[in-house]
Amino acid sequence: MDLDALTHTSGEWLRGSGPDSDIVISSRIRLARNLAEFPFPPRTDDAVRAEIETLLRTHVQAIESAGELTYFNVNSLLPIDRQLLVERQLISREHAETHGSRSVSIGPRETISLMINEEDHLRIQVLRSGLALDDCWNDISRIDDDLDQRVSFAFSEEFGYLTACPTNVGTGMRVSVMLHLPALVLTKEIQKVFQALHKINLAVRGLYGEGSQAMGDFYQISNQQTLGKTEQQIIQTVKEVVPNIIAYERRVRRALVKENRQRLHDQVARAFGILQNAQTITSEETMHLLSSVRMGINLGLVAGIEMPTVNELFIHTQPAHLQKLRHETLESSERNVARAAYLRQRLSKNEPQN
Amino acid sequence: MKKCRRCTKPATLHITEIRNGEAQALHLCEGCAKDYLKTVSVGSPNEEAPAFEAGGNPDAAGSEAEPDERDTLTCPKCGITFKQFRSQGRLGCPHDYVAFREELLPLIESIHSEVQHVGKVPQRVPGISRRQYDLLKLRADLKSAVQNEKYEEAARLRDQIQQLEAEAPHQSEAL
Ligand SMILES: [Zn+2]
Ligand SMILES: [Zn+2]
Repeated sequence: MDLDALTHTSGEWLRGSGPDSDIVISSRIRLARNLAEFPFPPRTDDAVRAEIETLLRTHVQAIESAGELTYFNVNSLLPIDRQLLVERQLISREHAETHGSRSVSIGPRETISLMINEEDHLRIQVLRSGLALDDCWNDISRIDDDLDQRVSFAFSEEFGYLTACPTNVGTGMRVSVMLHLPALVLTKEIQKVFQALHKINLAVRGLYGEGSQAMGDFYQISNQQTLGKTEQQIIQTVKEVVPNIIAYERRVRRALVKENRQRLHDQVARAFGILQNAQTITSEETMHLLSSVRMGINLGLVAGIEMPTVNELFIHTQPAHLQKLRHETLESSERNVARAAYLRQRLSKNEPQN
Repeated sequence: MKKCRRCTKPATLHITEIRNGEAQALHLCEGCAKDYLKTVSVGSPNEEAPAFEAGGNPDAAGSEAEPDERDTLTCPKCGITFKQFRSQGRLGCPHDYVAFREELLPLIESIHSEVQHVGKVPQRVPGISRRQYDLLKLRADLKSAVQNEKYEEAARLRDQIQQLEAEAPHQSEAL
């Protein structure tokens, strides 16, 4: 795997065929772990940072549970390549932007990533398409066990796994599910969802992409509390609420179709038409229109385009991906032209049959 | 219903952040939330990490003046002061959880509503402690089983707890 090859493929989590994948884009679990004998990364100097990186990398590469890993020295990557990894959800923005010795090791099909020297010494992430939190947990817990055999993680009997930020202490676990909720956004019912989630201490966060409506109607539901509950309880809390949100979104979609099928069909078809024909288009507009088209596919209002293609376009139309595809650095206005050209090319082969 | 912190519309987005070493709930309406989300890292594995305002929270500028006696506390291992933690929002080393324990406890409780870990434990933790964790974990499971009115499961968990306590009568309350 090299970075140029990445621009032509997409991760497992975009395949769009997992359980409930019409609404659930992906499931993710991440664990924060630190070495007991070192300061946390924000407080290490370059030499110690490099020592931690070398030490952890050796162990990460030796374990079998993560499969064959591809290693990237993030510190020596070009900014555009770091950005590419951020757009693919393989590293955090913070990991791309901090300084000093740091790396990411990526597993087959991009389901696993291990960041060294992010805010914590080690951040393990497992990312899967659809609603698959149990699979994520099985994978990540095995990786954690294997590393636990080799290194001494900072742990206290009282506070559990110790992290640079007290918001992560305890299990060090963040469980999140990314949902596509265009009908709830369209009808503003989404606010009720936010309120209900707040009551059970779940956070709602964005999204993908640059900008605001670039949100593309994507929301990530995740736990805020990491201490005082078992990993299973935390997963259970998220798992129990997601089917309710899915059912709510489906109900509102059905109501929209019932009330005014023609208007919805018109909106979706226009969105598709713009994506197929635009000569210049911003990332924000692209996300917004792709969101419409995505819902249209699920409602049978759009034909001739597959879900994995739409999922992939959300990622491949982002700035670093576009520039890698074109093998050149582009200004914002040039990107808008390149984005439109790319969309026309990807969407032209199959004309919708209406 | 809470009102948006930036305007007066009803708040729909609620986030907990660490500012100046205090957990702070942020309530925003949909419009302001969109602006806010633009400023945090979006769509990345770390998006849940609180965006921290270096140099302190401008809203709290008034209270900034009074010195806090906790601020001079220093971790003997990494040298970070509690004041530095308050302004950066990140601890210096694992030992800080010992060095600043009293100061961190209220913060940890306000974030997590709990102050005792009950999850996974590293393998190297000795047998006696592991049994204590098993007990803590079972008690946490029992609590949620009762809350969810799963009484059969609760009864089973209670039996397991009693059995474990019988095996280690003197250690079970040690934590
Ligand atoms: Zn507002
Ligand atoms: Zn320290």
